[in-house]
Amino acid sequence: MSHVDTAVASLKSALGPGLSSVEAFRGQTTAVLEASSILPACRTLRDQLEFDLLAALTAVDYWPQEPRFGVVYQLYSLAHRQLLGLKVLLEGQQAELPSITAVYPNANWHEREVFDMFGVKFTGHPDLRRILMPFEWEGHPLRKDYPLGYEEVQFSFNFDEIERRKKYAKE
Amino acid sequence: MGIEQKLGNMGVVTTTLEKAINWSRTRAMWPLLSGLACCAIEMMAAQAADYDMSRFGMELMRASPRQADLLIVAGRVTRKMAPVLRRLYDQMAEPKWVIAMGDCCSCGGVFNNYAIVPGVDEVMPVDVYVAGCPPRPEGLIHGILTLHERIMADKPTRAAA
Repeated sequence: MSHVDTAVASLKSALGPGLSSVEAFRGQTTAVLEASSILPACRTLRDQLEFDLLAALTAVDYWPQEPRFGVVYQLYSLAHRQLLGLKVLLEGQQAELPSITAVYPNANWHEREVFDMFGVKFTGHPDLRRILMPFEWEGHPLRKDYPLGYEEVQFSFNFDEIERRKKYAKE
Repeated sequence: MGIEQKLGNMGVVTTTLEKAINWSRTRAMWPLLSGLACCAIEMMAAQAADYDMSRFGMELMRASPRQADLLIVAGRVTRKMAPVLRRLYDQMAEPKWVIAMGDCCSCGGVFNNYAIVPGVDEVMPVDVYVAGCPPRPEGLIHGILTLHERIMADKPTRAAA
């Protein structure tokens, strides 16, 4: 049995109903968890099961499906050289889950990026603010309902009217 | 011919003040040592050995904006970087010029999204736009020579209209 399978089995016994399901596809295993059990799960995985590297922390927007957001964690075990995925599904109105910065300090910036791009709040995060967009930006760009382009493309037929409205810097 | 012929033998040249000012401005224009993205690589290539920019007077790039004359905006300007670039432009002393190098800082380039400012001319006034993605070093040098021609035709001693 690979180390990932041992880890999933211990997670099942430790979390009980906190672990919703396990998906395995072509050698990659993902355990779907509840939001409240992500912190104890990460503690167990880091301390007892030797998954000491948080390789990735990102999010997916499944709009217009509910649950809307899926926050994806990828934990890597350096001793056993295996990758385990965790996933937390969140409703669109209540996109909050505990921060795992206390367990994996590198989650600090990854959680800031997920907050900036998707609007998912991490409770207990030491410094949750925007990291890629300017600080006072409104909106979360990587959501599916965020507009795609930015400005109207200037072709020959609409050249003059766009030229009139384009805000050039004067000095 | 008159006085020029006589003085020429003694090593004296006469010209107008405007021409002298313009000539000296173009021949020793130091760019700011700053590049943003891929166009910066081509700017480095233009400064380096094969497409030498020092033969046009840009022997070195100054890292401090107080000592630089020319700001070559090389690369895409993100929304977060735009105020930083504006601050660099404000810190440069007059006379100063701006070359928008590449497509992304001329018009947004291939990007039309939340992150990229569509053209650095929304942030600061630009003198010369160089097209290309990225422009070849010869293209950048052509842009610099166009800027030199514009400056040689300038009237620095006339009061601003």
